Amino acid sequence: MGEVPARVALRGDLTVRSVTQLEETLSKLEASGAVSLDLTDVRRLDTAGAWSLVALRRRVEGAGQKFDVVGVTPEAESLLDVVTKSWPSVEEVEPRKRSLSDLLEIVGRKVGSGVGFLLDLTSYLGLFLARLGRSFLHPREFRFTSLVHHCEEVGLKAVPIVALMAFLIGVVLAFQGSTQLRQFGAEVFVVDLIAISILRELGILLTSIIVAGRTASAFTAAIGSMKMREELDAMRTLGIDPAMALFVPRILALLFMLPILGLIANASGLIGGALMSWADLGISPEMFATRLIENTDVAHVFVGLVKAPVFALIIGVVGCYAGMQVQSNAESLGRMTSNSVVISIFAVIVADAMFSIFFARMGI
Amino acid sequence: MTAKPAQSEAVIRVRGVRNQFGKHVVHENLDLDVFRGEILGVVGGSGSGKSVLLRTIAGLQRPAEGSVNVLGVDVLKADEDTSAALEQRWGVMFQDGALFSSLTVRENVEVPMRAVDGLDPRIRAELADLKISMVGLPYLAGEKYPSELSGGMRKRAGFARALALDPEIMFLDEPTAGLDPIGASAFDRLIRSLSRSLGLTVFLVTHDLDTLHAVCDRIAVLADRKVLVTGTMQEMLKVEHPWVHEYFHGPRARAAQMQSPGGK
Repeated sequence: MGEVPARVALRGDLTVRSVTQLEETLSKLEASGAVSLDLTDVRRLDTAGAWSLVALRRRVEGAGQKFDVVGVTPEAESLLDVVTKSWPSVEEVEPRKRSLSDLLEIVGRKVGSGVGFLLDLTSYLGLFLARLGRSFLHPREFRFTSLVHHCEEVGLKAVPIVALMAFLIGVVLAFQGSTQLRQFGAEVFVVDLIAISILRELGILLTSIIVAGRTASAFTAAIGSMKMREELDAMRTLGIDPAMALFVPRILALLFMLPILGLIANASGLIGGALMSWADLGISPEMFATRLIENTDVAHVFVGLVKAPVFALIIGVVGCYAGMQVQSNAESLGRMTSNSVVISIFAVIVADAMFSIFFARMGI
Repeated sequence: MTAKPAQSEAVIRVRGVRNQFGKHVVHENLDLDVFRGEILGVVGGSGSGKSVLLRTIAGLQRPAEGSVNVLGVDVLKADEDTSAALEQRWGVMFQDGALFSSLTVRENVEVPMRAVDGLDPRIRAELADLKISMVGLPYLAGEKYPSELSGGMRKRAGFARALALDPEIMFLDEPTAGLDPIGASAFDRLIRSLSRSLGLTVFLVTHDLDTLHAVCDRIAVLADRKVLVTGTMQEMLKVEHPWVHEYFHGPRARAAQMQSPGGK
């Protein structure tokens, strides 16, 4: 059988553009007999074409038959040689089927990593507190310049956006409140509505959310890119503690600045509310002020601002932690940056909810 | 085995190029020809604009003046379709491979092939495996992500991606920088053998004197904001210019010369 080799003559371009068609044709060829391949009329041959021809040769020779090629140019010959020599030796990786126990394992691992994440956050908080304590004992290790710089970045530069945001919130509250309260002829209570909601909740919560968006991401990106470029390792070899040099000034700056930003937001929100009440309801600023002072307990301000340090710790610790999780590729930097924003905003809101419950139970 | 570019068809023709960043002029009135089938090594001191020249020819950096002609196409004046077609005819390997970090090595090599209409995905994956094997990477490297590879393997993977569409011209930016001597000389041999058997024209930016000796047919020296001189290694040794003399006669140059097979 197969004394006369099957002659296969190819012509035209055998390139990556025609390889799908070529491979379709060649794969139909029975490998049961000897094959003689004629390449005289082939104009161009690239690695893709050569791949298909070598694949054919391997099939034919694998079936114990003879295979020869005629009409090859020296260039094509060397190309076929290279492809033959570097033919990949496929190592099969067994695809695994997912069973129920795998599924359980995945769930278990997710839970475990969730718990581990919370533990990690706690340990970073502990690390920060320990280093903060250390800087009281060894004030020379404390980086004062860095603290001032971060106070400017975190606090001063956030003032315009925070003030504007709170002002608009005040306007919205006054406007929405007045339309509802007018139905009962109780327009004047809009002052209480604005004052309580801004001072107790919205001022500090929305400020924290904005700060989480702009500062947690900045912390993560800065620390993460330093980690990527091995700057943190360099610090350690020089005897500088990254937690002391990077975490303490950043988180401390947040601790100082967030209450101030909250206070600015409170003031700006009240101004926005007062202006809108004046324009919409005719409550003059004097009347707004009188009513504010007489009817609104100053405790609301403290209830609002007491949350600020907690939110600041959450944002700072999450931002620094996420920065330390960045690996050596750029993709992880982007992922951790967005993670740090999402996690810190979420954690701030959870903490705020817990504060609300606590204050309600305590009757404050 | 040195295929002398006898027919002398210039596939890259750079004329009167001027590049500047702000007030800092990198190139001024720079001319360069690269002939079909040759391996041209571009050398020059740090900051002499070797990589800028590569980026200019590959269309990544627009010069302030001058013309760049690659494979008969004026790179600076070509419309989008023409330059897209041209880009498929050259491959660029960046310094650290510049692999896409979110894709496996195999997927990285497949990226240029996705531009080919009607290429069967199975064939595409097998061609990618072939390219990966051609640059001397093990089969399983195809499954890995760039961050899991060593520097040398990343360079090889970058080379495989640049080879994906069988380009006519290959731009290599410091192919051996950061490799150990064994890895570097293996990479030299790889460049030499693949470019010969695939008929590549290679534009190679390097600092590595061993690479110049082992790989390059011709050398172009960048100095004083232009291509000061081009020629073979033998011709370089006779150049009087102080920097060129220092470069090719320094202690490292002598060591490299002694090791090169027969001083090519």
